[in-house]
Amino acid sequence: MKVLVPVKRVVDYNVKIRVKSDQTGVDLANVKMSMNPFDEIAIEEAVRLKEAGKATEVVAVSIGVAQSTETIRTALAMGADRGILVKSDETVEPLNVAKILKGIVEAEKPDLVILGKQAIDDDSNQTGQMLAALLGWAQGTFASKIEFDGDKILLTREIDGGLQTLKLNMPTIVTADLRLNEPRYASLPNIMKAKKKPIDEKTPADYGVDVKARLEVLKVTEPPQRQAGIKVESVEQLVSKLKEAGVIG
Amino acid sequence: MDFSLTPDQQQIRDAIFKLCEPFDDDYWLKKDKAGGFPEDFYKAVADQGWLGIAMPESVGGAGLGITEAALMMQAISESGGGMSGASAVHLNIFGLNPVVVFGTEDQKTRMLPPLIRGEDKACFAVTEPDAGLNTTGLKTFAERKSDRYIVRGQKIWITTAQVASKMLLLARTTPYDELTKKTDGLSLFYTDFDRSKVEVREIPKMGRSAVDSNMLFFDGLEIPVENRIGAEGKGFQQILHGLNPERILIAAEAIGLGRAALRKASAYARERVVFGRPIGQNQGIQHPLAKCWAELEAANLMTFKAASLYDNGKECGAEANAAKYLAAEAAFHACETAILTHGGMGYAKEYHVERYMRESWIPRIAPVSMQLILSFIAEKVLGQPKSY
Ligand SMILES: Cc1cc2nc3c(=O)[nH]c(=O)nc-3n(C[C@H](O)[C@H](O)[C@H](O)COP(=O)(O)OP(=O)(O)OC[C@H]3O[C@@H](n4cnc5c(N)ncnc54)[C@H](O)[C@@H]3O)c2cc1C
Repeated sequence: MKVLVPVKRVVDYNVKIRVKSDQTGVDLANVKMSMNPFDEIAIEEAVRLKEAGKATEVVAVSIGVAQSTETIRTALAMGADRGILVKSDETVEPLNVAKILKGIVEAEKPDLVILGKQAIDDDSNQTGQMLAALLGWAQGTFASKIEFDGDKILLTREIDGGLQTLKLNMPTIVTADLRLNEPRYASLPNIMKAKKKPIDEKTPADYGVDVKARLEVLKVTEPPQRQAGIKVESVEQLVSKLKEAGVIG
Repeated sequence: MDFSLTPDQQQIRDAIFKLCEPFDDDYWLKKDKAGGFPEDFYKAVADQGWLGIAMPESVGGAGLGITEAALMMQAISESGGGMSGASAVHLNIFGLNPVVVFGTEDQKTRMLPPLIRGEDKACFAVTEPDAGLNTTGLKTFAERKSDRYIVRGQKIWITTAQVASKMLLLARTTPYDELTKKTDGLSLFYTDFDRSKVEVREIPKMGRSAVDSNMLFFDGLEIPVENRIGAEGKGFQQILHGLNPERILIAAEAIGLGRAALRKASAYARERVVFGRPIGQNQGIQHPLAKCWAELEAANLMTFKAASLYDNGKECGAEANAAKYLAAEAAFHACETAILTHGGMGYAKEYHVERYMRESWIPRIAPVSMQLILSFIAEKVLGQPKSY
């Protein structure tokens, strides 16, 4: 079984985001970038499948600027076998990412694609679903557990009020939620080995995709400052304050 | 001049911080109180292959430079491990460099792989109570008896001697008054730590109680000739070879400790409200913090300049010594400032900065004192008469 895992280069989750003064986006100059944490979970799951003898090859794909090779190297250091960089200096919107991934899936013929459920920069939560639709494959989103039942996947997902289990036909699309696993950190020997693993370089045009943006961002702003709260003495006071604020009738 | 880390170097820093995550403030606080070698931390570092970072690939290392090793050690210290974390693995990282440079093939394959795998722990026995910083005045004597040496004498301050299975030992093999060249006459050995022939007494000390330092009394320790590294009588020169990298690592560790202290102090200054505002809003609090940052980062530049010179095969004695001096002082100031920023809480163990403060004395004193560094720079860089 071959597993494909797309990995995105995003602002590190520890970085305090600053909005550019002209409100066109977020300031990325001299900001630490890392692999999207949900993609780390996806890679971890794929590598565990390989270690368990279920997967034979794990391929990591990143779509973005040249420095996305660093993100692929991180995936290789965690245990992926090889990488594909689809280089683009433009912002690639989720639908275009899904179209490029469809091209890669047709060329690589994986049995399973594991994506992060969303990227922490734009929080779109679209790519996995769009890819499944474009390919006409089954999809299991927000996976918190993946098991095998013969040639089918039993996928547990967290939904309101409990757990739901899906049985999916292969090939299939899975998106990883936070509790699927706890990603490993790279060991030194694996960091060294990763340097020797191959990374192919492609462009969106190789897959016949035009990455021109179809969405227009009007402006990006900081979230409003939270106002300081007040302390109430009693339940009666709480109720009257809520009524004053028009929250309850 | 590009001062930024390469992606590989950044990856090393990130990986070490992740590795250190389970060994948090509470872990090191407990270790400091109860003592005892941080065995689980040591094992985590060894299991992930980090001990061999600067060892040749031919013996199972990663073959990276002192720059990368310094980044690793700095991250361990900066994560909150401080000198306790750093000293627990310090010797494995570069201590056996004399074996890499001067050892025979047999010695390399025998000695290095178990150290890289973390199966062997070693200690480095140089300092003696009666010689101090004057290393050529060492008295511990290794007498040749056919195919072995018999060692008698004393060492002091020997770190990790409680837990070590091996010892890198510098001892005299020719009496001082029989020498024409006074820097000759010492030899270097790497051998089993035979506790039936060496008495080890731990020294109660100010800080870093998890990593022991000891008095050693040698009473007839036997060392087979094949455990002598390089030529007899050339031990001092062999040690000199590894001194600069050692200074660079200590400097990086000290800066890591200073950064940990500054991180705690800055967080406290933002959160602690007195007179109706965060204490960090007072310049009397924020300026000392900013000054510490400037001092630490300046010391860091000197440290990585020295590392870069070393990795490129260039002379780096002045820079490595200056880096150790600047880093130790900057770390000490950062710890002092961190305590003052915390007010009374700075004196309480649960705020961690008093522990950092006690540990920050180590890089000021060892492996070489501030005075001797300044004497060295005055002589070698500024052309002053030798004063020691
Ligand atoms: C925590 C700790 C761990 C250590 N671990 C090890 C270890 O693992 N292995 C090991 O071999 N050693 C170890 N040491 C020893 C350390 O390297 C020595 O303490 C250090 O080199 C200083 O030597 P000394 O203590 O004998 O000081 P001394 O030589 O007695 O010096 C005392 C003071 O006099 C000053 N002084 C001496 N001569 C001169 C001069 N000519 N000009 C100006 N000033 C002078 C010194 O700078 C110093 O301030 C450790 C020390 C400590 C504190």
